[in-house]
Amino acid sequence: MIEIKNLHKSYQMGSNSLHVLKGIDFKVKEGELVSIMGSSGSGKSTLLNILGILDEGEEGTYHLDGTLIKNLNETIAAQYRNKFLGFIFQSFNLINYKSALDNVSLPLYYQGVNRKERVERSMHYLEKVGLADWSGHLPSELSGGQKQRVAIARALAADPKVLLADEPTGALDTKTSYEVMDLIQQINEEGKTILIVTHEPDIAKMTKRIVDLKDGLIINDTKIEPIKAKANV
Amino acid sequence: MSSSLLNKDLRKEIIESIRSNGFRTIITAFGVFWGIFILVLLLAASKGLENGVKRSFQGVATNTVFMWAQGISKSYKGLPKGRSYRFDVTDAEAIRQNIKGLKTVSPRNRLGGYGSSNSVQYKLNNGSYSVYGDYPEILTQKSLDILAGRFLNYNDIQKKNKIAVIGKAVRNELFKTGENVLGEYIKIQGVSFKIIGVYSANSSGARSVEEQKQIYIPFTTYDLAFNNGGKVGFFAITAKDNNSITSLKEDIMALLRERHTIHPEDERAIGNFDLFELFSKISGLFVALTGVAYFVGFLILISGIIGISNIMLIVIKERTKEIGVRRALGATPSSIRRQVLIESLFLTVISGMAGVSFAAFVIAIVNIILEKINDPEMMFANPSVSLLNIGVALFILVVCGLLAGLIPAQTAIKIKPIEALRSE
Repeated sequence: MIEIKNLHKSYQMGSNSLHVLKGIDFKVKEGELVSIMGSSGSGKSTLLNILGILDEGEEGTYHLDGTLIKNLNETIAAQYRNKFLGFIFQSFNLINYKSALDNVSLPLYYQGVNRKERVERSMHYLEKVGLADWSGHLPSELSGGQKQRVAIARALAADPKVLLADEPTGALDTKTSYEVMDLIQQINEEGKTILIVTHEPDIAKMTKRIVDLKDGLIINDTKIEPIKAKANV
Repeated sequence: MSSSLLNKDLRKEIIESIRSNGFRTIITAFGVFWGIFILVLLLAASKGLENGVKRSFQGVATNTVFMWAQGISKSYKGLPKGRSYRFDVTDAEAIRQNIKGLKTVSPRNRLGGYGSSNSVQYKLNNGSYSVYGDYPEILTQKSLDILAGRFLNYNDIQKKNKIAVIGKAVRNELFKTGENVLGEYIKIQGVSFKIIGVYSANSSGARSVEEQKQIYIPFTTYDLAFNNGGKVGFFAITAKDNNSITSLKEDIMALLRERHTIHPEDERAIGNFDLFELFSKISGLFVALTGVAYFVGFLILISGIIGISNIMLIVIKERTKEIGVRRALGATPSSIRRQVLIESLFLTVISGMAGVSFAAFVIAIVNIILEKINDPEMMFANPSVSLLNIGVALFILVVCGLLAGLIPAQTAIKIKPIEALRSE
């Protein structure tokens, strides 16, 4: 599903060049649930940006579902993001003047799906995250955990190949975190490929594979038996 | 993405995002509202002034020149300067035959000098009125409604009938209401004339009162009764509609100079008053005035447009994160640009339409007040804007709305979706 070979990335900081990724080789198969760990400065955000087609590496290749991601213009990048990727953010990033339902249907809107079908499909995903009754509410009327579930429904709405979650539980308390992780595990069990960037070890242990990043290199890549989040709720 | 520019979804998007900044949006839109309001009002005011001034030309053929004889200022072919001469009826025929493109050449005589009037008597009543000796063609140069009886005709000219057509003000002053007028005799300088008609002049403005206090008698009768010897006081010469009298009048004057043995360069010998030239100058003045109205209104409008542009920029700065999220969810740069452009277009056009409507409302009220006052001498009448001007104003609005959105739209599409991932 994801195939990265010898990926390098550096940033120009004035006259200095900061080498952030120093040759990453990384493969994710379909249906995997992977956590990427690392302290700040390890390069994990940069890696996520590149995975999310928000940024590009200078050297190496990145194939997403068999498609080479290189030198895309903004319009094609936007279309690929819409088609291949679902984003889940730490701060939820719901649009505050839109109802939960309208937030979920936004990726479908940008796909040009008609209104009736959009509502149908969005309702389906809201049901899936257990918030069908809240479809008409504004984000300000929802709790943190509910907001993140709406965001997950939004990430799923366009039926992407891969979900990318950037610290999805970073803004939530432990109990809510585990509820969200339970939902993520369920979605993974239905076959969706999911990548989670986190610095919380207990969250990482709920995934099937932990990738440790340090100073721009992968130092550890182990498959584990995930802890069921449900058991901790 | 749907191709329709204003489909339901886009409309919803725009209304939602405008509502989320409600009060500020209204304050900003007021700038455009005010600009277009002033623009339309200025246009209406200049039109009102134009109507008021042109009203005094009503009932007169404007493509007309008046010519009269003055003192000769250059000696020519042995004739001394300072001598005086007068036009006569043969000049009229010569002008008709030699100058092409003229509609009417009316030789006219007026009793007494210009601005004077003559005592006219009916039984024991008398009043002062202007008396003209005219041909029937004068009706093509002056618009008179015959209220009773008839106007002069060629039978009167040939038979030199002693008849008169009087203005309605003359009738009202000399006769009692309801009293029989037609067939009665009035005395002008001691000569009796039978009244055969009463007219009402179609004219308004400053001259309208004077226009109703005139008496028309046949040219030939005038000649005979007041011992004029075939002389002509002045000519009223009207050109055909597709010629301007201003371009023909030099030819006419050259002809007249030749016939009266006047030096070809003697500018003073023939006095003339060119109504068309005056009318053109006044028309030109109002074209300029309309231009000024557009210019001033447009400048005010621009400040409104800058306001909209400014607020859109602020709104986009505030919505950086939202735009980033939209981009991450698959919004293309062009869809973001389109949304910003349409948002600003929507704001501009809606507030502009409100401005136009409010201006129309104010103009309607002014019109009602003007109708109540109803003063024909006022140099202001019926202020209005044409549909064309409204169209131009709306076109300016649309262009300005797009211009106002352009800079914010460019700013918006420079926002990278990475912004959305950055948690503050």
